[in-house]
Amino acid sequence: MLLIRRFEEKVEERFRAGELPGFLHVAIGQEAVAVGVCRALEEGDVIASTHRAHGHALAKGTHPNELMAELYGKLEGCSHGYGGSMHLYDIERGNLGANAVVGGGLPAIVGAALAFKFRDEPRVGVAFFGDGATNIGTVHESLNLAQLWNVPAVFVLENNHWAESTPASQHLPITDLSKRAVAYDMETMVVDGQNVQEVYETAAKAVEHARSGRGPVFLVANTYRLTGHYVGDPQVYRPKNELNELRETQDPLDKLRAELDISDDEFEELDREATELVEGSVEFAKAGTDPKPEDALKNVYA
Amino acid sequence: MPELSYREAVRDALSTAMRQDEDVFIMGEDIAEMGGSMGVTQGMLDEFGPERVRNTPISEAAIVGTGIGAAMQGMRPVVEIMYEDFLTLAAEQVINQAAKHRYMSGGQLKVPLTIRTQGGAGWSPGAQHAQQLEAWFVHIPGLKVVFASTPSDVRGLLYTSIYEDNPVIFFEHRTLYGIKEEVPDELEPIPLGEARIHREGEDVTVVATGRLVHESLSAAQQAEEQGVSVEVVDPRTLQPLDEATIVNSVKKTNRAVVAHEAVTRMGFGAEVAAVVQYQAFDWLDAPIERVGAKFTPLPFAPVMEEWVIPHADDVLQAILRTVGRDGN
Repeated sequence: MLLIRRFEEKVEERFRAGELPGFLHVAIGQEAVAVGVCRALEEGDVIASTHRAHGHALAKGTHPNELMAELYGKLEGCSHGYGGSMHLYDIERGNLGANAVVGGGLPAIVGAALAFKFRDEPRVGVAFFGDGATNIGTVHESLNLAQLWNVPAVFVLENNHWAESTPASQHLPITDLSKRAVAYDMETMVVDGQNVQEVYETAAKAVEHARSGRGPVFLVANTYRLTGHYVGDPQVYRPKNELNELRETQDPLDKLRAELDISDDEFEELDREATELVEGSVEFAKAGTDPKPEDALKNVYA
Repeated sequence: MPELSYREAVRDALSTAMRQDEDVFIMGEDIAEMGGSMGVTQGMLDEFGPERVRNTPISEAAIVGTGIGAAMQGMRPVVEIMYEDFLTLAAEQVINQAAKHRYMSGGQLKVPLTIRTQGGAGWSPGAQHAQQLEAWFVHIPGLKVVFASTPSDVRGLLYTSIYEDNPVIFFEHRTLYGIKEEVPDELEPIPLGEARIHREGEDVTVVATGRLVHESLSAAQQAEEQGVSVEVVDPRTLQPLDEATIVNSVKKTNRAVVAHEAVTRMGFGAEVAAVVQYQAFDWLDAPIERVGAKFTPLPFAPVMEEWVIPHADDVLQAILRTVGRDGN
């Protein structure tokens, strides 16, 4: 979690310094969901991520060097410079891709889970998505099909209460988002997404439920986006005091630190390790290989 | 050599692949007990069972998207979109997902998915069940696009598409399901990207797809009776396109007509015309003629529908214009 936080703070810094091209979304405040869920997975399990993907990728095992190199558009990046922040892939580690279309990754997770079922493999597919995605058709088509076919999938709803700049009150007629899955008769679980231990324990139950053939699970993790929608977002739509208050009360790192009751020295040691890894990833990325312009024509077809 | 209908030929390609390969399965709306809205998959449920012949809800995005997910795990799903008009409902999954996973992952993934669909007018369904939308998908890098016009072609091309490592949009034409042709005893795969010369000729090349292949062959026969020798070429695969066969034909005949059932504006024929004028400009003796539907949604009343879509006579008139004859 600390690594993800320091990584994303560095991403914000380097973006503002003008070094990172494209469109960046950080998940500061949502780290416990990525870490708690991915720690509950086993080798062979797969995930589909969202446009807010750095945490998922790191939690699923992609090295910060490969991730940072991708953000710098280098061949050493986890998508070899073809994807960028919103399209992070790492097939070897089970990351089937971050998806820049809201709700776009869920159908493929149902399909992956169907393949696991066909082949009688004890594997699970996990789709991350946000509260905004629960208003789009692919999410509902996917939930329906997953339950109908009883495939080993877990749908992790990262409920950060914002769809870009639109608050839940303007895009959701309900507050308990687990109700979204009720119509499909799907097993639902709700968890405090700022408490990593709780996320992990609940995700482990959800994954076990799916893996054992008892069907898919809809896991709602209530969380908070402690930043703007994108790096550089002035957040004119959000009261400043709300953000300040959430940072004081809902930071998952503060909560974990209090829970573990670690000393300042211990924390600083951990922080130093994370910071060194992140600094190293920037050096690695900057020293990376730029693709040739004509490399753009590769990988269009297999 | 046995004779198969176009419908039977599609079924034979699917069944052949499914018999030899556990990774191949089919899914779509009403394909199991009912055998598909066109009867293509009739009998397959009995042979392969409900796991591999999967009826789906009416969920086009999830049908395609689930196919993508299974394909990324190394299976070879063949999904059916009942009418190509309904590809609009799955367009996001086709265009943003299937076509781009390999690219966005920097080559880490393959998506060996085949999307079968059908369309075509001539039976008065109105504006939402008979469009010809193949050109849209040729415009998307990452997709391959097939449009087969005969039983032997549909059989060999579908089999190849199933074993293709890229997503293929496989167009069938509704009014062709009943036509028959002798086919090889053993299924012979047909490579993607190879055109078929249906008829050789000296004076005019007609490049036609789908139903218009048959209309063009009929037009060619009539032209022959008027002393004009016509070559009819069916690209069969729209992406990749066998440019060489088309261009070489035009270099021989010096005249070209493009013909399809889709509306002319931005139709596939526009691309063929561009390829020909660029690669065979100095060989052309006449402007390239274009035959397609008039620029309107498909009307319901049969008399209007008949007037909107192109027929053999439209191709014939276009052929005759290229040789400077009025034709009427």
